[in-house]
Amino acid sequence: MASSANHYAIEFKGLSKIFGPHPDRIIPLLRNNLSKSEILAKHGHILGLNNINIMVPTGCMQVIMGLSGSGKSTLIRHINRLVDPSVGEVLVCGEDVVKMSRGELCEFRRHKTAMVFQKFALLPHRTVLDNTVYGLELQRVPKRRQVESAMYWLERVGLRGFEDRYPNQLSGGMQQRVGLARALTNDAPILLMDEAFSALDPLIRVDMQTILLELQKEIKKTVVFITHDLDEALRLGDRIAILRDGEVIQQGSCQDIVLRPADEYIMSFVRHVNRGRVIRVETVMDRTGPESAQNGVEIRAGTLLEQAASVLLSSQKEYLIVTNDQGGRLGSLSLRRLMGAMVSA
Amino acid sequence: MDWFWKFPHMDDEKLRTLRMGIDDAFRGFTRAYGDRLEEAFEPLRYLLIQSERLLLSTPWLIVILVIAALAWWASRRWSIVISSIVILLMIGYFDMWEDTMRTVSMIVVCTIISLALGIPIGILMARSDRVQSIINPVLDVMQTLPSFVYLIPVVMLLGIGRVPGLIAVVIYAVPPIIRLTNLGIRLVDREVLEAADAFGSSSWQKLRKVQLPLALPTIMAGINQTIMMALAMVVIASMIGVQGLGQPVLRAINNQYFTVGMFNGLAIVGIAIIFDRISQAFGKRIQKHQEYAHG
Repeated sequence: MASSANHYAIEFKGLSKIFGPHPDRIIPLLRNNLSKSEILAKHGHILGLNNINIMVPTGCMQVIMGLSGSGKSTLIRHINRLVDPSVGEVLVCGEDVVKMSRGELCEFRRHKTAMVFQKFALLPHRTVLDNTVYGLELQRVPKRRQVESAMYWLERVGLRGFEDRYPNQLSGGMQQRVGLARALTNDAPILLMDEAFSALDPLIRVDMQTILLELQKEIKKTVVFITHDLDEALRLGDRIAILRDGEVIQQGSCQDIVLRPADEYIMSFVRHVNRGRVIRVETVMDRTGPESAQNGVEIRAGTLLEQAASVLLSSQKEYLIVTNDQGGRLGSLSLRRLMGAMVSA
Repeated sequence: MDWFWKFPHMDDEKLRTLRMGIDDAFRGFTRAYGDRLEEAFEPLRYLLIQSERLLLSTPWLIVILVIAALAWWASRRWSIVISSIVILLMIGYFDMWEDTMRTVSMIVVCTIISLALGIPIGILMARSDRVQSIINPVLDVMQTLPSFVYLIPVVMLLGIGRVPGLIAVVIYAVPPIIRLTNLGIRLVDREVLEAADAFGSSSWQKLRKVQLPLALPTIMAGINQTIMMALAMVVIASMIGVQGLGQPVLRAINNQYFTVGMFNGLAIVGIAIIFDRISQAFGKRIQKHQEYAHG
């Protein structure tokens, strides 16, 4: 148990959730592979989640993607047990959340998790600063340290000077910055973001994604991010799990999802993705490498195809030489191969 | 076909025995426990007498200044302060000062007791649907049962005086604060409550830091209603010996003194206006976060 806690911050093991008057009667039926619609029609229960198994490594940004009704919001609420599972285990930092008593759960929520909500869910009667300190107030941290820490994070999300405003005096984007600052001030190892940017305008949404990515570079928390937007998922996620009708239909890195979609359903999403902004050079390069470096230009592994294409075009060379951080050659990528990877479906 | 035209009611003799049985049982109960109940309510009587004595022994000018200061503190508006002063001066000028002070004292004590009982009950009701389904019909009865009906057993038990008056007023005035506390807490946004849970609020922290503050506008409306209901009971309470503005009104009804009735009635309206404006303005002022919205 202790060793797994080091690798994985969150583990879902065989988690299922059934909504209805008698979930326990439905659980045995799940083994017979009954579908969501059959369970609803024959037994009058709603299958929220079915046999979820996801392992989230510590410090990883795990995106859970799905359309409305796929169960993604239910899933994230199992991590801090705002929703009780029907069957299965949810291990967070090695502890089974499902087995906690009320008091333990309270302590767990105060110290281990922090959450950002789709509709912000700020306390309307409290100022921005008083909203931000809320988590620390519950932990009974001394007032001075509460304010110190809250002011630091308010500044980091760009809200300096707004501490004394009330939430309804702020725009949606600014309210969600308060939501983010409130969660970060809690200083919990796990950050849960439930469609945190979905209610925002497209431009502000991209701004917020940038802020989150910048912050994540230094805080390196385990982030679970829920979204229905594949572009957002690909931009933010180290790992992505795609949910449909309460089941995980594919999980893996962004490259896996875009290059090897598991089924027609995922393919229909992936078709609209700008591949040049998702796929990295090393995933499509020719590993045999060029014979000579004369006609090539060096590029770091991890560069996205779109950027690599512009480097290659402006360099007037014939191919890219992909190198690792130490400058060692990993492989090569010709313009032809690069263009092929950007357009082929 | 006799039963078709005339309701086949209970046998007269049986009905009489039933009534007498209940009356006798209650009278027996009164004889056995009346004194002890009166003793139990002794602190309340003491409180009522002391607050009345305080208001009566304070010089009128100081009382007016205190009420004006209270009006300013609660509302921060000169119009409310000035109208309060004018109303009180008129009441004094028409020689109703003492009766008014008795009534004000009674209303203040009744309101405090109603709130002390009503707010916790309202909170309990908001936390459990079962409690709500039990208390709601009780409140319905309290609000619709004619007050004379429950005056009878109260007077039988405790006699005539301030305490039975207070009980009658509280029975009449407590339902709005219970209902509106319950409603206010139940109306708190579910998403905000979920956020409070997600950050690990205990249920006491959630109540104190989230539910009560957000229910406050509704609770303030309940407090205002409770005060108004208590004032409305002034005349009825005077029938069982509560002193104040109600008694001259009662005398006026019996003797057809039109002017006396009118003056005292208007004095009741006057203090109702003062209480109402002060409590409403206070309710608004503590909700300053709702004042300006983002365009």
